[in-house]
Amino acid sequence: MISKLLQHLFKHIDAFLMACLFFALLTSLFVLYSASGQNLDRIYAQAVNMGVALSVLWVVANISPQKLERVALILYVLGVLLLIAVALFGSISHGARRWLNIGFTQIQPSELMRIAMPMMLAWFFASREGKPSAVNFIVAGLLLAVPVALIMKQPDLGTSLLIASSGFYVLFLAGLSWKFLLGAMVSLLGFMPIFWSMLHDYQRKRIEILFDPTQDPLGAGYHTIQAIIAIGSGGATGKGWLNGTQTQLDFLPERTTDFIFAVFSEEFGFLGNMLLLTLFSIIIMRGLMIASQAQSTFSRLLAGSITLNFFSYAFVNMGMVSGILPVVGVPLPLISYGGTSLVTLCLGFGILMSIHTHKNLVAN
Amino acid sequence: MGAELKNYLHEQHYFRFRLGVAALVVFCLFALLAFRFSYLQIKQYNHYQTLAENNRISLVPIIPNRGLILDKNGVILAHNFFAYTLEITPAKVKNLEETIAEISSLVEISALDRKRFKKFREQSHNFESIPIRTHLNEIEAAKFAVNHYRFPGVEIKSRLFRHYPLGKLGSHMIGYIGRINDRDLKNLEESGDLSNYKGSDHIGKSGLEQYYEKQLHGTTGFQQVEIDADGHAVRVLSSTPPIPGDNIILAADSKLQEIAETAFGTHRGALVAINPKTGEVLSYVSQPTFDPNLFVDGIDSESWKALNESLDKPLINRPLRGVYPPGSTFKPFVAMAGLEAGKRAPPYSIHDPGFFTLPGKSHRYRDWKPSGHGTVDIQKAITISCDTFFYGLAMEMGIESLTSFVRHFGFGRKSGIDIDNVSGKSENGGLLPTPEWKQRRFKQPWFPGETVIVGIGQGYTLVTPLQLAQATAILANNGVAMKPRMVSQIESAQSGKKQMTPPVIQDRVELHPDNVEIVKRGMIDVTLPGGTAASVGANAGYSIAAKTGTAQVIGIKQNEKYNESGMNERHLDHALFIAYAPAEDPTIALAVIVENGRHGGSTAGPIARKVMDYYLLGKVPAVEAAKDNKQLTGNAATTATPEEELHD
Repeated sequence: MISKLLQHLFKHIDAFLMACLFFALLTSLFVLYSASGQNLDRIYAQAVNMGVALSVLWVVANISPQKLERVALILYVLGVLLLIAVALFGSISHGARRWLNIGFTQIQPSELMRIAMPMMLAWFFASREGKPSAVNFIVAGLLLAVPVALIMKQPDLGTSLLIASSGFYVLFLAGLSWKFLLGAMVSLLGFMPIFWSMLHDYQRKRIEILFDPTQDPLGAGYHTIQAIIAIGSGGATGKGWLNGTQTQLDFLPERTTDFIFAVFSEEFGFLGNMLLLTLFSIIIMRGLMIASQAQSTFSRLLAGSITLNFFSYAFVNMGMVSGILPVVGVPLPLISYGGTSLVTLCLGFGILMSIHTHKNLVAN
Repeated sequence: MGAELKNYLHEQHYFRFRLGVAALVVFCLFALLAFRFSYLQIKQYNHYQTLAENNRISLVPIIPNRGLILDKNGVILAHNFFAYTLEITPAKVKNLEETIAEISSLVEISALDRKRFKKFREQSHNFESIPIRTHLNEIEAAKFAVNHYRFPGVEIKSRLFRHYPLGKLGSHMIGYIGRINDRDLKNLEESGDLSNYKGSDHIGKSGLEQYYEKQLHGTTGFQQVEIDADGHAVRVLSSTPPIPGDNIILAADSKLQEIAETAFGTHRGALVAINPKTGEVLSYVSQPTFDPNLFVDGIDSESWKALNESLDKPLINRPLRGVYPPGSTFKPFVAMAGLEAGKRAPPYSIHDPGFFTLPGKSHRYRDWKPSGHGTVDIQKAITISCDTFFYGLAMEMGIESLTSFVRHFGFGRKSGIDIDNVSGKSENGGLLPTPEWKQRRFKQPWFPGETVIVGIGQGYTLVTPLQLAQATAILANNGVAMKPRMVSQIESAQSGKKQMTPPVIQDRVELHPDNVEIVKRGMIDVTLPGGTAASVGANAGYSIAAKTGTAQVIGIKQNEKYNESGMNERHLDHALFIAYAPAEDPTIALAVIVENGRHGGSTAGPIARKVMDYYLLGKVPAVEAAKDNKQLTGNAATTATPEEELHD
């Protein structure tokens, strides 16, 4: 009886993916405990965040992809309207206008866009029966450009680029022509020097520091320099849990959020990093598998984009903390402290599970 | 059906191919990361291990000394001194209340200190250290140092404090610094100066402190220090010294400032004195004033409330942001406009019956002298302040040509003075009304009667004391507008080299010398017997060109008499006075406004006289006179004639 109930309750949960997520979230709590200076309050707070995020995951997993397809357009329009509202009435914090006060709480509409954007484009191509005509790609490009431009203006360069890439994944998977891809890449490279010559000296300086942190050791470069020392000194097997000197002696800034990977790396070393990369790879491969088995155009494009988007967050974060990418302020998915990004992430995984478990119904 | 299925399969096939490409990219980029990790953690392990071991190498910012603010004679208006503070980093303290209670058993912590701490705590992040007590003496500092081990997360720091030794004197000019808040941080981030403020807690918030922040702050240096496992510095490895901020030297003289402020007695008001040839501000008074020292480390809520809610509004920077109707002080500029437009040139004169009426209307625009002034030409009209004459002139000129001409004297626009707070409360540009403005503002057409009263500086016209002083200076300088500025020199604290800030010509209006002569003559006669400020000019020893004015605070109905004795003090007219001297070769031009001071000649005029006496002759007013300027001394120079008492 009870087992039947449980079976019914978790009918739409993909056990394999769920196990991977549990493992990552458990890791997160351990790293967070060390990074926060053994602050149990932080652990409780993040555990609550996880509870909320997993509930969202469960709810979304129980909604069929067809229903999701029907709300794609509404979500997108709502997202764009909220972004416009942010540009007009948003509250400013730390020099950027990202939050919107809706009376009882504050929301960050760019988070909604992380899901709404791939949904919209997947819906768009599904409604065009997946035909890769040039006109469709131009329209899709415009649908992509409007919210990206609004977020870039906030300014939030990191998020806008990641949302742009989530949309780009849909275009790519929908069959954007190789010629166009190649052309875009070449023209982008060609435009670089012109763009560079248009910048002011101080703007160039900022970009130079972005790529070479040692130029400004007191300012913007400090985070990266300390993070690289933390990673490098972790060595093959790490200094051990709670034993990272960089972490425990306050050298690492933002160590519970954007730079949590440096804490992990310092304490668990190269071995730990490889295990984490493997875990992320397994999650990504599972996601891609779900995408390849999906039965409708909408489902497969959406599943593919969500999975690849998870990859971009992980790659950009680890890349910036280890110093091969500029610091853009992106959390490490599933591991960093914070509720909003975790909820969005689990919403994505919920969609993946929904696509995977509602499949047979479609076939019938 | 078959074709559709085939198409579907083809699409799915192609999609899987694309997924495969994506998977390959994912693999390659993850391999890149793995390669990077192996480089950092395996190959370069020893290097980073050493760095981490010695990390203990920490960069410590060295805050530069903030530049001084000096008056023209080198008297210090703002300086720094070393003192100890006790600071708490909330994130490192387990129980904040308990810790503070324990500290207070060692070092006195007042209720005020606690309140300030609470306020800062709400405004700052958990990992920032926040002062719980400032200005500890040596004994207190030593007492805490002995017990330091009991208080992790509490530090004793020695740092520079800003101090304004003259207290309330000239505080609206000097301004003050305060702790850096979120808005300051945002501004610093936008201007790219954030890393230069590493370690700095304070930033200029108003006045010169704010305007010259860049020069005063200096460049932050840094030290590479080796620290032990507890984070204490053991050894300095290398050091880049900070570059101290520049000293700024004002054109104002603190003694003159004191004389000017004292001359106001208990009156509210403003005074601005400018050297018409250079635009240098010689004195800048806003009364009442406040003690800027209160703001440096955060003002407590009681003091703030007292200042902010006081009816006297001590926090308002009156010369910059207070707007008043110019009243009769506007007349010389209206006269100038008329003469340059070819109207009312002598020997033209009118017969003044004591009022003016528009053709076909019965409404009487009254002159201040009910019986009228008799025969009046333009020069006499200035001297005796004949309202009737200017009603008619304004009417004939029309509002547009009148306002567009007097704009050259700086009315209706910002002066661009170097204490204007660009990001906060900025300079008020005053108001020169035009029909378009009225349409925009009130959605109403312009009425001819409104032009009539602009002729005597009433109606919608509004000026700031700074604008009025600047207009007087421009007139004194024959139409050449010099940009007003407080700072005359900037001194590098390192090299001691002084750099003059050059005079800047802002605007130049071509005026016919004959016309200038007529207006100036009329203004000189104002301070001679028979003029509206004869007492101000008496026994001066130099010639003064001036104009008095009054501005109504509340409106008086037709056929109603202005009854001074029965009125609330705050409803009394504002007294205005503009002057420049010596009249032949002016070196000082000024404007005085005494709020509710009734008559320009009797309350504002004597203040101007004291300022000019000191500036031109070095004469210091008698102590009794300085104590209370309401109770005028027996000195003939400052006693108003009955004629003046009547009106401006």
